[in-house]
Amino acid sequence: MPKETDRVQLRALLDGGAQLVEVLPSEEYEEDHLPGAINLPLRRLDAEAVDVLDRSRPVIVYCWDIA
Amino acid sequence: MSPRAAWRLESLGFGEVYDYTVGKLDWMAAGLPTEGTNAKRPRAGDLARKDTPTCGLKERLAEVRERVRSIGWDAVVVVNEERIVLGLLRSKELDADGDRLIEQVMRPGPSTFRPFVSIDEMAHFMVEHKLDSSPVTTSDGRLVGLLLQKDVISPPGAAS
Repeated sequence: MPKETDRVQLRALLDGGAQLVEVLPSEEYEEDHLPGAINLPLRRLDAEAVDVLDRSRPVIVYCWDIA
Repeated sequence: MSPRAAWRLESLGFGEVYDYTVGKLDWMAAGLPTEGTNAKRPRAGDLARKDTPTCGLKERLAEVRERVRSIGWDAVVVVNEERIVLGLLRSKELDADGDRLIEQVMRPGPSTFRPFVSIDEMAHFMVEHKLDSSPVTTSDGRLVGLLLQKDVISPPGAAS
């Protein structure tokens, strides 16, 4: 079950080698994204996640907010 | 969107998946840096004056007024010990009866803006609403600084 995380824990997870993924459309990612995040829009997740991400490391996903 | 992504990743065999549910909005509202085409454009948090004078609720107006105006300011932000914004005094409030307490003369609950708001957007809003200054705070209400209309209309360092 995915776990919710906050800003403080997010930084700790990144320090520990987690992968950070913005799932918003690429136009929004291009304008602003968290440092070090890669872009994997939700619609491309099925096709690309396995190739792009490392299953052995934690993954953190985010979008704009809880909406 | 991110909850669906998190669940889908788990179903694809990713064992440790986290959802930063409050997302980019939370990150940017805290004034933290971003990367991307907008990252180099000035925002409210960049131009907000970090040397903005502050005062407490229980201070006497006369002392605050003297302190603020002696350093060339005509506004002061009322904060608590955590720098949470509680009120604002602009010129009109600073000219009130000096024996009154700050909490009696301040504008309570002033509108505040997040650090990521673009300078263009701020300039438009401040001109339209005739605001000489606006407090910029993080999402938890902590003061970043006071943004002055003159700075957003003609940013410091801009070529004249």
